[in-house]
Amino acid sequence: MLQLVADGLIVGSVVSLGAVGLTLTYSLLRFANFGHGELLTWGAYLTLAFLGLLLAGAEMAPIGPFSFGWPLLAALMLALPATAAIALAVDWALFRRLARHGNAITLVIASFGAALALRNLVQFIWGTLPEYYTREIQIAIRLVPRDVLGGLRITPDQLLVLALTAAVVVLLHLFLSYSTLGRAMRATAMNPALARLAGADVAKVARATWVIGAALACIAGVFAGLTGQIRPMMGFDLLLPLFAAAILGGIGNVWGAVIGGLIVGLAESFTVPLLGAEYRAAGSFAVLIAILLIRPTGLFGARA
Amino acid sequence: MESALSYLAFFLVFASIFAIATLGLNLQWGATGLFNVGVAGFFSVGAYASAILTTPPDPERLGGFALPVAVGWLGAVVASGIVAWAVGAAALRLRHDYLAITTFGVAVVIQLVALNAQWITGGPFGRQSIPRPLVAEIGAGLLWNLFYLAVVLAILAALYWAFETLVRSPWGRVLRAIREDEGAAESLGKRAMAFRLQAFVLGCMAMGLAGALYAHFVGFVAPEDFLPILTFQIWVMLIIGGSGNNRGAILGAYAVWAIWSVSGGLLREIVPQAEQARAAALQVVLIGVLLAAILLLRPRGLIGEERVVSRHAGQG
Repeated sequence: MLQLVADGLIVGSVVSLGAVGLTLTYSLLRFANFGHGELLTWGAYLTLAFLGLLLAGAEMAPIGPFSFGWPLLAALMLALPATAAIALAVDWALFRRLARHGNAITLVIASFGAALALRNLVQFIWGTLPEYYTREIQIAIRLVPRDVLGGLRITPDQLLVLALTAAVVVLLHLFLSYSTLGRAMRATAMNPALARLAGADVAKVARATWVIGAALACIAGVFAGLTGQIRPMMGFDLLLPLFAAAILGGIGNVWGAVIGGLIVGLAESFTVPLLGAEYRAAGSFAVLIAILLIRPTGLFGARA
Repeated sequence: MESALSYLAFFLVFASIFAIATLGLNLQWGATGLFNVGVAGFFSVGAYASAILTTPPDPERLGGFALPVAVGWLGAVVASGIVAWAVGAAALRLRHDYLAITTFGVAVVIQLVALNAQWITGGPFGRQSIPRPLVAEIGAGLLWNLFYLAVVLAILAALYWAFETLVRSPWGRVLRAIREDEGAAESLGKRAMAFRLQAFVLGCMAMGLAGALYAHFVGFVAPEDFLPILTFQIWVMLIIGGSGNNRGAILGAYAVWAIWSVSGGLLREIVPQAEQARAAALQVVLIGVLLAAILLLRPRGLIGEERVVSRHAGQG
């Protein structure tokens, strides 16, 4: 029981970070980006590539109880701008041109095509076999003994993922609430015409949205790789949970996406004892259908 | 000569089957503006439904009712229609892009069932020994392929005629009205939700029929036949051919399947055996880029939508 909750929260924190990026691009650029999952995949693989360059064959010395060392963090720092560059490049080559003379749905088809191209490019470059940042085997710490609600074991990496997710979300919240650019982003999401009148640089806001969304996706991808495997399909497999979380929280609502992500993670985790591990994704789908039927504007969205 | 003819028959059967699915998508997207990202899901529902109805009895799995193939095809149409109705009733009330997300989710769940529900779908190995209609009378080989091609072409022609009649009928004009301005259509007393649901279900039925035709040509179905790439291929066919135009949809299906087959064949010739999987990935990248280019440079496709489709409009 406790173990299921913990597993759900760990998956949920990856979903949360991805869903925050998705909800931001969704509300600011006004289309459902089916390519967002691929930004997670690219973030994870770029970090892997930079890690390989930094280590150059040497072993990575782990920090304290964790399975990875400083080189992984350095690689992540390099991968963040690289992932953002991919997002900006796709936006420049495709979305911005289409937005000028198309409707939002054309953008959705285009994002579907871009997602396929990006995913297969990963497969072309890195192949389909799963990869890992480190082969270090972690011993799970027993936090709760077995006789209390089934007990709880968790690895230091997993705890770190939870803590860092919380930190990233708080930082993002501060940025959106107090910085000029963050306020301009929120204003543009609410009413682009009015924001432009008030002096917000809409093009700059759009770029900032891609950069932040891609950076969060990159972090989420690395977390997913750290607590699981790095595979070309990892981002695509997370796409349904991401959409479920973003809609559950209400499109454009950052805290909503975080809570939505955790709920979706828990739903997937509790699907395992009910239907079996192979049906995990059905948990996300159930959440999605439920929220669309009951309250399509999301848990925290305004009433329609 | 015989092998070239045989290859051509194969190519045309697959292209015509995809053309049937593309016609279905055209009714949804081209005529009504419904964004269905679950094409592969509805296609596989049809394929599995017909397989369950027509295969010989199998003690380990559901079905094996050994019914005639025509009953299987009918069952495929009904099954995909029922799934479409359930999805549409839930998602069509909402914003356009929510339908996209929901159909995407449906396709993911159908794929999960195909892969894991061994007692229905046979799991990763799929369902085998799906009967090929009249194969005993005609004999396997080129002659049967040509016969099947004739059947598929006849169905495609009938469907083309039916959908052409539909979109040019008053019913079809309402679909367009809803697509262009839902509020205006509602204010004229047209219930947009009901019309959208009808178009969605009809389109998904065509996809299910295409899936059944596919299953009975190949002789087996397995989950990897219905990956999201199939959805994408059908979409590319429609966009390149020209959405909103049924002839465009059919032309797009043949053109894209030709590009796909030729590029796949070339890659197999050029690229060494060990690198084939990577080459296949590159093939998908190229098709993705092609779609983006068409959207940017020629958004109307090869044959775009006709501006006036009614005999009555535009006179006087």
